[in-house]
Amino acid sequence: MKRSEILGRLLVIIGVVLVLSVPLAVHFYNGQNIVEIHGRVAESGGWSPSSIQAQVGVPLHLRLTSDDVMHSFAIGQSDMPPVDVAPGKMTELTLTFDKPGTYTYYCTRWCGPNHWRMRGVIEVTGDGSDAPQPVTPPLYMTLHLDIDAAHPAAVTPAEKPSTLRGAASAALLSAGYLTPDYYLSHSPAQSYLDLRADAAFSSLNDPEVWDLVAYIWQSNTTSERLVEGQRLYAQNCAACHGESGEGNGVFAAGVKAQTGKLPANFADPASMLGASPALLQGKILRGGMGTGMPYWGPIFNDETIWGIIGYLYTFQFDEGQR
Amino acid sequence: MRSDLTRFPFVKSLLKNRWLQLLVFFVMLAGFFFAILSGFAGTPVGNNNFGIVFVWIAWWAILILIAVPFFGRGWCAVCPIPLPGEWLQRGAILEPPARKPHWLDLRWPNKMRNIWLQNLTFTLVALFSSVILTTPKVTALVLAAMFFMAVGMSIVFERRTFCRYLCPVGGFIGLYAQVAPLELRVKDKRVCAACKDKPCYNGSQVGYGCPWDAFPGGLTRNTYCGLCMECLRTCPYDNIAINTRPFAADLAKPSTRMDEAFKAFIMLGAAMIYAGVLLGPWGALKLAAYSVGTVAWLGYAAAFLALIFGILPACFTLAVKIAQRFSRSSAPQHLFAKFATALVPLGLMFWIAFSLSFVLTNATYILTALSDPFGWGWNLFGTAGVAWQPYFTTLLVPVQALALVGGLLWSARTAQKVGAEVKASPIPVIVFCTLTTLVMLGLLL
Repeated sequence: MKRSEILGRLLVIIGVVLVLSVPLAVHFYNGQNIVEIHGRVAESGGWSPSSIQAQVGVPLHLRLTSDDVMHSFAIGQSDMPPVDVAPGKMTELTLTFDKPGTYTYYCTRWCGPNHWRMRGVIEVTGDGSDAPQPVTPPLYMTLHLDIDAAHPAAVTPAEKPSTLRGAASAALLSAGYLTPDYYLSHSPAQSYLDLRADAAFSSLNDPEVWDLVAYIWQSNTTSERLVEGQRLYAQNCAACHGESGEGNGVFAAGVKAQTGKLPANFADPASMLGASPALLQGKILRGGMGTGMPYWGPIFNDETIWGIIGYLYTFQFDEGQR
Repeated sequence: MRSDLTRFPFVKSLLKNRWLQLLVFFVMLAGFFFAILSGFAGTPVGNNNFGIVFVWIAWWAILILIAVPFFGRGWCAVCPIPLPGEWLQRGAILEPPARKPHWLDLRWPNKMRNIWLQNLTFTLVALFSSVILTTPKVTALVLAAMFFMAVGMSIVFERRTFCRYLCPVGGFIGLYAQVAPLELRVKDKRVCAACKDKPCYNGSQVGYGCPWDAFPGGLTRNTYCGLCMECLRTCPYDNIAINTRPFAADLAKPSTRMDEAFKAFIMLGAAMIYAGVLLGPWGALKLAAYSVGTVAWLGYAAAFLALIFGILPACFTLAVKIAQRFSRSSAPQHLFAKFATALVPLGLMFWIAFSLSFVLTNATYILTALSDPFGWGWNLFGTAGVAWQPYFTTLLVPVQALALVGGLLWSARTAQKVGAEVKASPIPVIVFCTLTTLVMLGLLL
């Protein structure tokens, strides 16, 4: 065989092998700590991958893109603002975890009927990962509440109670009614019955007692917490429960088709006034109830959940100016 | 008005040089495999993937805007797909070896010596194009399939059978190569007639027989000459010329072949459908074209096939029938196929107008994919972060309009020449061309 022929063959073979192998080798060498995550609507598989490993203190580089519609990437129980994940674009993100644990990432855009199922987990191991993490059971468990049971209000007001009007009689309230423990463990209807049975309020008529209940509920939250609760509600809850809380969100019909039940109606006093904040906390944390309600435990911390719950009661009480 | 480029010794030696050709092939082959690799291993985000961006934006732009209109089958001359198969078939990568390897070396069946199969393969690719053009893995699959088909056919059949009879791209390149101002022809046909061994077709010690199964002495059109330069190397009489010539010189000799006529309809219809699907505002149409296998896609496919194999040819038949009524000749032969020649410049300009739109819109992605070919976050040349922006937006519409109107005038002139040859009125065909141009104008502008 001629030398030129050998040279020609070597050029083609070596060149092609290099062209194919060098990028893969470089990628393998560099890509140890880069994870590419693809978002697809839950019906098409959700996040891929849906499970990532990371180390405490070691930056985790994420490259996010969507294979279909606009999504948004957020880490549950963290202060990191959500980042948009657009089709045809790469969004880069670097996360560093300072504590071991299981972190849930999720989509914050209403991308489809099963939007809330778009979740994945980051398993972070490292320093202290073997140490047992202290666990405080949520209040609804401490109170042994059955969050699957119906919770009809024993009594409902004739008109929407007003916190402003309630403030006028607030001086009559003893300190026990205004404690967080009382607020968290009682439904508004129970609180009304407690006040009605209390001789200190015998001079008040029924609407005035309901106004006091509204005042108690308002005094256990703040304007800032309500604003944050409203934002989170709009972002995470309104798709099913509706902007007005009436269970008529854009996905409500889909939920009904899937589960046979419409999403809970927070504007209905007959059920809402029968629910204590602790009960609502349980429903939000655990989800389920055969209604398609997502579990938000890995996503929201206590602070945000109480903020959302405070906002839910505004569908029952006239808050006046916030 | 032809000028032979081989009269310049430097040009001639460049064209005959196997090393130069091999280097070009090598670069192309490396790019081809790189595109397949990026399709399989890179990001599935099309506009961040080398495979999608370089095949469907960069390569397509070069092919349809430069290579085909100016160099005819110039792309076929450097296309890397046949290289590995041809290497196996010939047993050498440069000059012919002393001993040829023993493969089946079959002749392609006579009944299939046409471009109907290429019409079919192009139509198949076109039907799935919304997915192929946007999904890197599917693009990689199509490229890999073409590669393996070419290799397989090289060891079963003689010459470049895949390129000549199956390649989905080769068919339309051949059709539109007729307009190119470049041709390979013999200088003196009498020399060929007197040549005993015909090394240009049969091969010799210095070169291979025509890989495209064409006898250069009989070439009258660019359609089936792959510009591989083998005949330039093998001709013992220095009788091969690479001529520059006026545009569309081949169209003066209208083809009588129905396979080529239908290729013209396929290309015309496909350009219109692509303009509607890829550039139009109809979301439902895009979704249907993308949702392969669904009822909506079946409807889209049926409409596609109906347009290119039914509606357009039927309307054209009507135009030809009307032309026939006003014919001054008693029995004009091959009127349909001959008048279809007028669709060659029209179709090419349709494709140029359509391609300008998406190439100028998406050209930025060439820069980003160059720096980050796999979408892995690389930035090889510092252009990975270049923000998307369309280019020459103010010029786009006027240039597209000019291309379409120019194409119409060009096709009208071609129809006029065909009409003069067959002694039939070209007006119905010109009306057909005008109506299709109006539709295309409506779709693009």
